[in-house]
This record gives sequence, structure tokens and C-alpha cells, in this order.
Amino acid sequence: MAAIYLDHAATTFVLPEVRAAMEPYLGGPPGNPSSIHQFGRRAKAAVEDARDAVAALIGAPPSDVVFTSGGTEADNAALIGAALALRDRGRHIVTTAIEHHAVLHAAQWLETMGFEVSYVEPRPDGVVDAGMVARVMRSDTILVSVMWVNNETGAIQPVREAAGLARERGAIFHTDAVQAVPWLPVDVEEAGCDLLSMSAHKLHGPSGIGALYIRRGTPWMPLLRGGAQERGRRAGTENLPGVVGFGVAAARLLSKRRTGFEHAARLKAALLQAAREEFDGEIVVHSPERAVPAIVNVAFPGAAAETVLMNLDLQGIAASSGSACTSGSLQPSHVLKAMGVPDSVIRSSVRFSFSVETTMEEVETAGRAAGRIARRLRRRNSHG
Amino acid sequence: MDKGTVVVAMSGGVDSSVTAALLKEQGYDVIGITMRLRGHDEESSGGCCSVDDVNDARRVCQSLGIPFYAVNYRDAFEKRVIQYFEEEYKRGRTPNPCIACNMYMKYDLLLAQAMDLGADYLATGHYARIAYDEDRARYVLRKAVDRRKDQTYVLYHLTQEQLARTLFPLGGYEKTQVRELAKRFGLRVANKPESQDICFIPNGDHGEFLRRRSGGEPVSQGEFVDIEGNVVGTHQGIPFYTIGQRKGLGVALGHPVYVVDILPETNRVVLGSEDRVFARGLTASGVNWIAAARPDHPLRVAAKIRYAAPEAPATVYPERGDRIRVEFDEPQRAVTPGQAVVFYQGSEVVGGGTIEGRL
Repeated sequence: MAAIYLDHAATTFVLPEVRAAMEPYLGGPPGNPSSIHQFGRRAKAAVEDARDAVAALIGAPPSDVVFTSGGTEADNAALIGAALALRDRGRHIVTTAIEHHAVLHAAQWLETMGFEVSYVEPRPDGVVDAGMVARVMRSDTILVSVMWVNNETGAIQPVREAAGLARERGAIFHTDAVQAVPWLPVDVEEAGCDLLSMSAHKLHGPSGIGALYIRRGTPWMPLLRGGAQERGRRAGTENLPGVVGFGVAAARLLSKRRTGFEHAARLKAALLQAAREEFDGEIVVHSPERAVPAIVNVAFPGAAAETVLMNLDLQGIAASSGSACTSGSLQPSHVLKAMGVPDSVIRSSVRFSFSVETTMEEVETAGRAAGRIARRLRRRNSHG
Repeated sequence: MDKGTVVVAMSGGVDSSVTAALLKEQGYDVIGITMRLRGHDEESSGGCCSVDDVNDARRVCQSLGIPFYAVNYRDAFEKRVIQYFEEEYKRGRTPNPCIACNMYMKYDLLLAQAMDLGADYLATGHYARIAYDEDRARYVLRKAVDRRKDQTYVLYHLTQEQLARTLFPLGGYEKTQVRELAKRFGLRVANKPESQDICFIPNGDHGEFLRRRSGGEPVSQGEFVDIEGNVVGTHQGIPFYTIGQRKGLGVALGHPVYVVDILPETNRVVLGSEDRVFARGLTASGVNWIAAARPDHPLRVAAKIRYAAPEAPATVYPERGDRIRVEFDEPQRAVTPGQAVVFYQGSEVVGGGTIEGRL
């Protein structure tokens, strides 16, 4: 049986060199980066080396990068930390309807704490209009959060425009860049971000480690208290193997990001062509032109996505419907819903997501298999 | 040895876990599927398909090295089982939700899902046996070897097409053997307690369930009447009564009284002495014939009118369409519209249907 993994937007594998770099910190002598002795010094140096590499990936000064337990914590810390710091200046927050739940649920929780949140709907192509973001802003808007790349469709959002409009009006700007960093030349200066979330396990690093970029001087307060780690911005003993792994994965990615994007674009075209050759209906592609091509969200109308995915799995091919975080929850994708995709089409939508390591042969096999399965299911359904 | 692919309906319990393990051992390609039937709020409250049960099923499949999926049938379950359950009670009948679940969830949706996965069969942990009879050119349904566990009563509705695609691997085992098998296979659920009663009413209080479902809106009370139609008291609402009920009536007439009839048109519950609880026969609809095609002559059978009722000798008279009339040799207690009547000849299921009325 084939083993083709096309769910890299959910999580991706740890590269051998990443694992090798982590190993001394799992099996070797202990070392708390805060300790005075040689072991502590060694650990501290490793953390700062990693911070340099991660900061380089987003064009930030290393001192503005705070390690977190992952993208979800970074998003929560960004929204809640900024809202609490600015609560005396205003109570209004603007975000979008297509954010990851780490942002959406944090925003909804803030609503229960007395903040008001506006959720900007995307256009039918899954892209949020920066002008719409500006239009819902008020004089008491303190924070604007717009994701850089949508995790379900790959759609690239107008982060630079939105950041400019937000900051022009005196709000601080956060972006969830978890899916952007692996593929795009992310630069916090060029984009004008105050806060930016990222995650290691989406870029061949380990899970359980991420980072929040906090521009120096941004009004923000930490969520976790109890120690002076991360310059007082994130208490708790560092996840040393995780930090080191993140650093090595980041360093490797920096040199490959551009060619990776081009490779993914070829993979996307090949997968869609293979699927179209086998499927006898009209495929609906939810991922727009301006998208990270490593995320392909495609509907096979008439075939239930869940059943397509199970059949693919039985053939050793891994894909998903929407994000891994939503597939367990029985709710149709809030992203496709916000784009105005009809429920019946949402229920037939499948997401394939690639890594720089994904091969042409893999996507062609998967595209053909998906097309064939969907054709069979569509016929079964239409003939009873 | 390629015996084909089988989907096993996994509840996270002992029986379905052993079913999967046995089929794997016999050389089938096995896929485990759990149906999610209830909403998120209720999922943690125990009963069938709670988060814990889904996790148990998933872990059993992982340890057996077979694929596992959870499918969401929440909307269909709400409509085909729970709403049916409520409506039957409102009509003064006593529903059997397990039969509705088998008919509409397992042998309709899940069987279709299995076919969509390219499977040849659907297997469940029911205690029953299926055989193909060459002479009759039909699939026949037989009682389980473990007669105390036999579940053919809730399977009478299976059609020939469904039986051809169904496997009941536990039908040849005693329950105690199944527990032993679970241990031998090293299944983590080997000592899990038996599930009880109706899965969506874990505490067994269907009255409370109906009240909660009606959103606190009171179920309309009505009159208790005696056989002559004299009003003898006030009842709490038709859904709370079933034929033959004696407890919880709250009326004292100087002698023991039982619910002998429920009249939804007038919102009345008729009380009478115990002999009135007996009926000499019944009518039924929606009849499915398994052992043979629909007969055109009366048939001698042993009839069962409740899951736990003993079999009673009776004669079945086919009537128009899928309707029948049954006459018992001896009057039977608490013939209850809404319940199933299932006919047997020896260990074989002849057929069955839904009880409509008493004779």
C-alpha cells in the first residue's frame, strides 16, 4: 500500500537534521537556560542561536521573538495580551470570519469579558478586503488581527494593506502567519506587523513549540507568570529540545522558501490535472490564484468528502477536510461557509497540503485516486 | 486468504470489539466505524457513542491494526430515532428505538457507507446467526446459540439484500466466551460493563427525557377512565403510560388497576382489572418476511411481542399488503401498539412487524 502524506498543513514530519540537532538536548546532560553552571550556559546559548534563526525567517530582531508552546498559544497571547494592555484605551477589536479557531475563540472569549469584536467576511474567493477592515474600525478600535495565509484554502490575505490601515488609525496589528512563514518571504518590517504568530511543526520542526513576534514598544502584557524567562514575556522553563528543533528547521527553510513555493505551484497544477482526468464532474477549486499553492482545497460535487477521505486513507493516502482542528467537531468549515460556498459543496470539499519534500509522483497518484473515488461515489449516489 | 472487506460497527464495547478481532483473525480486511449519534453537549454524559466510547473503539482498532473512522449521523438519528420515539409516545404507543436505530442507522446509512468504502459486508456484535438456505434460495435468520442474549427480536426487519451483506460473528458464542475472547485478544475493553437500556436515556427515565425534550413545556394532563368510561382520576400525560402498567398511576379504586388502553384522540387513559390487560390477538403492519416469501395461508408460529416476553403459540393470518392478524392460542398480557411482534419456527425467524392494535 502506498504511503502518501498530503496533510502537511495539519502537521508535517520532523526533518532528520532537526531531530539530530534536538537529540543532545533530550538524551544529553540536563541544562536549564536560567542556571549559572556550564550546563545552563550551553542551554542558554542554544536557545539564543535558535532565536536568531527564527527571527531571520520573519525579518525581526531576535529580541522581539518570544517562544511559546505553539501557534495556538501565540495567537491567544497576541489577542488577549494586547486587549488587556489596551483595555483602558478602547474595547473594540477587528478580525476576520476566516481566522483559525485559535484567534476566533480567543476573540469570542474576549467578547464575554466585555470587549466588542467585528468579524470581517471574506469575498467569495476567500480573500478579505483590506478596505472592509478599515471600514469597520472605530475610534476605540485597539487591535486588528488578520491572518496572513488561510489554513484551509491557502488564500493570501492583504496583510500589508490591512496593517497600514490599522496602524494609521492607531490600532495595533496582529497576523497569524502560521501557514505563511513556511512558504512566503515574511518580513515584519515590510508588512508592518506589531504581533505575528508562528509554529514550528508546520515547517518540519517539532510540535509543542511556536513563537510570537512582539515589536518592541507594542502595548502588550504576558499571560503566563512565574519566571523571568523570555525577558519576562513568557514564564516557564524553556522547551529546550523544541526550541533547538525550531531553530534548525527555520535555518533550513530560509534558504529553500523561494524554490519551495515554485515547487508547490507545480504540484498543485499536477494534482488538479490528475483529479480532473479521473473525475467526470466539474471540480470546484476553493483556493484562489493569490494563494500559497501548497494548500489545495477542492470540491468533488456529489461525493461526500468524509467518504472520499476514508477511501483515500484505505489506499494509504492522507488528506483532510478543512483543518484538523475542525474535522473532529462535526461542524462544516467556517471558512468555506464565510465564503458563501453552499453546504452541499462544503460537504464534498477535500484539502490536500504539501511539503517541500512532496513529489510529483505522489500528487499525481493522489489526484487520480481522489478523482476515481469521487467518480464512483457520485455514481453510487445518483443511481441510488 | 482473501475473504473480502468488512466494516464493523464499533460501539466501544466488548461485543463489537470482539467482532472486529474475530473477523480479522478469520482473514477479512476489517474497517472499524463508530456512529456519532448524539450532540456534543450530551456526548460526555455516558450512554452510547460518548467521547469515551469513540476513543475506546479507536484504541481497540489501533491495537488490532485496522483502520477506524467515526461518522456523524447526528441529524439522521435525531429525526429517525429520537423524533420517532417522541411521536410514538404522543400517539399513545410504546416505541422500540433500538429497532429504529438498526433499521435506519445501521442497516441503511452505515451499510451504504460500508458499500461506499468498497466493503463486501457490514458486521455488528449482535447475537444472532445468518445462514443461506440452498433449498429455499434465501438467507435465513436464526437465534443466537446463547439464547439469553439472542437479539433476533430487534433484527426481524432485515431484508434478503441486507442479510446477504451482514455478518454476525458472535451468534455462535456464549456471552461468557465472548468475554474470554476479549481477554485472549488483549482488548482493553474486556471488562467494560454491559450497556443498558436506551442509549440516549442513560438513566432509564423516559418520562424525564420527554419532559426535557418538550423544553419544560408541560405535557397536557388528561383523564383516567374506567372500562365504562367513568372519569376516575387525572393522568400526567399520555407519554408516561404503557399498556399493562400498574405502578405510578396514583389512583385508588379499591382493587388493583392496570393501564388497559390509551386513547390519544380523547387524551384518555383507560384503567381496568388485570384480565383486561390480556388480548387474544393483534394486528400488525410493516411486516417483513425472512424464512419464506409472504405466505398466502395461515401460519403456525411462536410469537414474541416484547424483547423480554416469552414466545406464545399463535397463528398468523396474512392480510392486505404488509399487514397481518395474529391470534394467540392463549390470551397474552400487555400487547402494546408500537412494539414489534416477531414470529419464530424453532430457532428460525419467520418474520415480524409493528403492532398496530389488539384483538
